[in-house]
Amino acid sequence: MTAKTEKFLDFVGGNTVLTGQMLRDLFRRPLYLDLLIVQIQSVGVRSLPLVLVVAMSVGMVMALQFGIGLQKFGAKLYIPKLVSISFIRELGPIFASLMFAARVGAGITSEIASMVVTQQIDAIRALGTSPIKKIVIPRVLACVICLPILTAFANAIGIFGGLVVGSLDLRLDAGFYWQKVFSTVVLADYLSGIGKTFFFALFIAIPACYYGLNVERGTQGVGVATTRAVVSSSIMILVGDYFLTKVFWIIQSWR
Amino acid sequence: MEMIEVSHFRKMFGKKVIHDDVNFDVKKGECLGLLGGSGAGKSVILRSLIGLERPDSGKIQIDGTDVTQLDESDLIEIRKRVAYVFQNGALFDSMTVYDNIAYPLCEHTNLSKHEIRDRVLSTLQMFNLQGAESLLPAELSGGMQKRVGLARAIIMKPDVILYDEPTAGLDPANTVKIQNLIVQLKSTGVTSILVTHDLDTAIRVCDRLAFLEDGHVENLGAVADLKKDPVQILQLFVRGQGD
Repeated sequence: MTAKTEKFLDFVGGNTVLTGQMLRDLFRRPLYLDLLIVQIQSVGVRSLPLVLVVAMSVGMVMALQFGIGLQKFGAKLYIPKLVSISFIRELGPIFASLMFAARVGAGITSEIASMVVTQQIDAIRALGTSPIKKIVIPRVLACVICLPILTAFANAIGIFGGLVVGSLDLRLDAGFYWQKVFSTVVLADYLSGIGKTFFFALFIAIPACYYGLNVERGTQGVGVATTRAVVSSSIMILVGDYFLTKVFWIIQSWR
Repeated sequence: MEMIEVSHFRKMFGKKVIHDDVNFDVKKGECLGLLGGSGAGKSVILRSLIGLERPDSGKIQIDGTDVTQLDESDLIEIRKRVAYVFQNGALFDSMTVYDNIAYPLCEHTNLSKHEIRDRVLSTLQMFNLQGAESLLPAELSGGMQKRVGLARAIIMKPDVILYDEPTAGLDPANTVKIQNLIVQLKSTGVTSILVTHDLDTAIRVCDRLAFLEDGHVENLGAVADLKKDPVQILQLFVRGQGD
């Protein structure tokens, strides 16, 4: 077996075991709601500015690119439809998740890895408490709660970014823009986009905790673990997006 | 009566055998000093006693309970009774000194906030740490960090205390402070194991010494007897520093 295959199997097995331990401890007392609130503040509220700036920029660039392309054919009236549907179904969830992975995933891994290196995780265990309950569960839950909310904000701001460029550069009427957005987007589009982010949150938080808890080679390993966590989360988000889109598409076609 | 019994303990990391057939015991109220060079695996034994490491084979009994047979949730009861003092304190760096010391009480007791405060403040006083309660670990000196680690370990009034190099890296004044605290705790009847390089500390606080070398533990006998034989003490010093 090659070293890479071994590492991949380690990753899959380790994440599966961690998920199992998490599910087992999730409803066992004590629940540490105070730690969850602290994490929601840390991973959610503090990620908002970053996600909003990126969403606004992407919305503006999209409107501009579509505008330049469609103007040649006199089809710039389709900009609100294109921006809103692509943002709500794909770009909002993807960009919000990638930014979240870069900021929050990296933060979780480096924090936990540092705690391992300084024996704080051992201390949690030695003092008769569980690192899964005290460290892993609050972070994973906070990600699952915050990422969909951040995505909803990103969707709104991204579409608004499209409006800014549409009305300032492409001379689209703001009322027309919003009317087209609301007539294009249906609830199913919204649920498909937001629904994926619950899975993306797991793709970010669980590997981040796994790499943090399994850091090797002291402080030098903290950087390596952080890089691996962000790379694997990003890959899982982008690859998983295809399959999740397909699943949501199948569910939608049943209705 | 034996409080700790380790028999046929074997531990490997990868293909490297760290311990091979380690056997020793510690009586109730006794303090055993475990000496040995760096990398001899002293801390591995200590960590295994509370299930932070799992042996490949052998038995570890604490007050009659085989720790090796317990899963992580069953170990919680053992960990409430057995305190581990980490070499570098292992304090939670996001918490103040007060919160670090109060941590076990908040987790495992139903004491009111007022009662917890009283216990923490009296422990701080015992460890000469008054006024440090609102400081973060990063703001403490090495000696203070070790004392806070010790305070956190003993606040639950454990039956057993495991000290991992409690005086390593400390200046002579802080070393004496830690030695005095260990002697003070010992006088309360607590059973303890002291892992150290520091022969002076071991002779001052322990009742009995054992030497860990080449994966085995050699019982060296009572400290009182060793004290009568300066040559053996000198030999021990050389063996301990020989790595």
